[in-house]
Amino acid sequence: MTRALLMHGYGYSDGMLKLEGVRKSFYGGEVLHGMDAHFERGVTVVIGPSGSGKSTLLRLLAGLEVPDAGHVVADGLQLEPAQMLAHRRQLGYVIQEGGLFPHLTARQNVALMARYLKCDAEWIASQVQILTGMTHLSPALLDRYPSELSGGERQRVALMRALMLEPDVLLLDEPLGALDPLVRFGLMPELAAVFRELNNVVVFVTHDLAEAEYFADRVMLMHQGRIVQSGSYADLLERPANEFVSDFVRAQRPVREA
Amino acid sequence: MKCLSIALLMCCLSSVAMATGSPERPAVIVGSKAFTESVILGDVAADLAQQAGARVRERRELGGTRVLWDALLHSDIDVYAEYTGTLRREIFAGRNLSGTRIALKKALAEKGVTLGPALGFSDSYALAMRKNEARRLHIHSISDLRKHPDLEFGFSNEFMARSDGWPGLQKAYSLPQTHVRGMAHELAYRAIATGAIDVTDVYTTDPNIHAYHLALLRDDRHFFPSYDAVFLWRSDLAKRAPTVVAALRRFAGRIDVATMRRMNAAVQLDDADDRAVAAAFLGKSGSASTPESMWDRLALRVRQHVVLVVISLGAAILFSIPLGIIASRRRFLGQTILAVTGMLQTVPSLALLVLMIPLLGIGGPPALLALFLYSLLPIVRNTHAGLVNIDSALIDSARALGLPYTARLWRIELPLALPSILAGIKTSAVINVGTATLAALIGAGGLGQPILTGIRLNSIPLILEGAIPAVLLALLVQGIFELVERLLVPRGLRRV
Repeated sequence: MTRALLMHGYGYSDGMLKLEGVRKSFYGGEVLHGMDAHFERGVTVVIGPSGSGKSTLLRLLAGLEVPDAGHVVADGLQLEPAQMLAHRRQLGYVIQEGGLFPHLTARQNVALMARYLKCDAEWIASQVQILTGMTHLSPALLDRYPSELSGGERQRVALMRALMLEPDVLLLDEPLGALDPLVRFGLMPELAAVFRELNNVVVFVTHDLAEAEYFADRVMLMHQGRIVQSGSYADLLERPANEFVSDFVRAQRPVREA
Repeated sequence: MKCLSIALLMCCLSSVAMATGSPERPAVIVGSKAFTESVILGDVAADLAQQAGARVRERRELGGTRVLWDALLHSDIDVYAEYTGTLRREIFAGRNLSGTRIALKKALAEKGVTLGPALGFSDSYALAMRKNEARRLHIHSISDLRKHPDLEFGFSNEFMARSDGWPGLQKAYSLPQTHVRGMAHELAYRAIATGAIDVTDVYTTDPNIHAYHLALLRDDRHFFPSYDAVFLWRSDLAKRAPTVVAALRRFAGRIDVATMRRMNAAVQLDDADDRAVAAAFLGKSGSASTPESMWDRLALRVRQHVVLVVISLGAAILFSIPLGIIASRRRFLGQTILAVTGMLQTVPSLALLVLMIPLLGIGGPPALLALFLYSLLPIVRNTHAGLVNIDSALIDSARALGLPYTARLWRIELPLALPSILAGIKTSAVINVGTATLAALIGAGGLGQPILTGIRLNSIPLILEGAIPAVLLALLVQGIFELVERLLVPRGLRRV
């Protein structure tokens, strides 16, 4: 039932979210240098040190930034400013601290867009119910404000909000980054279960190799505005493309192995 | 949005204008300044006009020469009492009209104003000493002071600073005294009574001259300019109310210095009613004013005050929030808007009120416009700050959801900025309630009126009659906005 509702799958199909020769500069400094990438069904973990351009990549996919050169291609069409709103409604976006609106309750946050689009009230209620089950959020918390929730609870609500309109693409920018280790550890299997259940395009940005290992169907390692290696997690470990990749991998290993 | 606000403001202003002007416009409007002598002379002129068959309306206790003069030119009043020295030195400050009455008369005529005949007394500066001391030292004129260099002089601060005060006087008479102090005018009387000072400056019609047994020294070198009291009226009054003009003209020379001093004393020292004093002088029986209870008076003043605050603040809210939104969207335009509203705030409130008179006359409309302008900044600034300071992650979240621009503003940004906006409105409201007390200076009434009269008569109860309700009103307004905040701001946004 859940699956059927969330997987009715019009809109973007497999591998249909692409970057073609995308360049992006901020304040004169180029952050992305002509990037080509494509994202398909399953979880793509974009990993890299801070400043590597991974968040910018995600913001470009979300239509929050416009490329200086090149294109974002969704479903075979180059994204134009006029389609931005429609594009954004096809995707869910979760950021580090959740980005929940503090003046709205958890339920209002989740249902905001559905209400704006004048969705049927019954549909909204049932959708919220399904999502609380899926994210393991206690329904009693739905009428609390974000400031009255814990960090982990806030991220669950943020995920619910992102999934409310059954997006074809889910973009997550360090969704576990601000959580304390125990909460994070508890949330990881639940998040993985959600990704499996959705089975759509998930782009997961992190700087943490353990998260990449845990979630990734594919890993994309970024460094200084370029993709240095793309492939499976095992490839990254066993067949590093260059010295930076092996350094990056080694740096995140427990000290005793170094 | 902007046009709407302007239209609304205009509506408010014009409705108040209609409310303040009675349906049948009185034929003659008499004004007076906010000091006792001017009020009495205004009451005298009003009585004269009434006896001459006119329908008379008074606008008493307005805030100073500039206000009266502008009101006269703007046809908001027809008659008021002025002094020739003031006309020469303040109204026509740039022009040399010294000496002849004819030059002054001509200058006034060019403005459509008629210079009435001298009333018979001059309210000028003079030096005063204790009577017995002057007699003992044989001092009758200012020249005689030269022989007594050890006398202590204590002058009002204004007299110390004016060119026609101490600096000029010392030069004109070559006075040798070195013990000269500036002090508050009221304190000078006490100081001279106790012997702390020997000589001070007074006005020739000052009732305290009698009360403190002072003698005036003759100005034997004619240093002090004469401030002959006269009535001024709009020249068109001769056509509209010829009987009134005739009565005013016949009044030439009717009040001498002693009479004026006595009338001032009756009001200021013996608590007599101004209107009763004026009526008694004209030989009319009974009081010209019907006594009203303090509660009626208070109710009227509070009502006037609330109307001023509600309309000016309401218009300011409707106007400032859109301005603040625009300011937060356009960096350059925003800087301009904040600079202009900020500049308005730095204009002293009294000056702002007076500046409105040439545009809108006296009474409600100019006061409303000034209060409106004064209320803008806190709301504009807080709306701007509230919107600009929203966490960019929240804006990104709203954009990523696919909310369009206007929906983002209404559903996300304005609600998030609401606590800041409300705080701005609260600040504005409290400032507005306080500043509205100054509106009485330009004839708009309100709680400033009893304060103004209280200052004039040196009456603490009267001052409190205006000040206490004004404070309570400010607290009430603040309470109302705190309640609004409680109702409108969701729990999630309240500071813990």
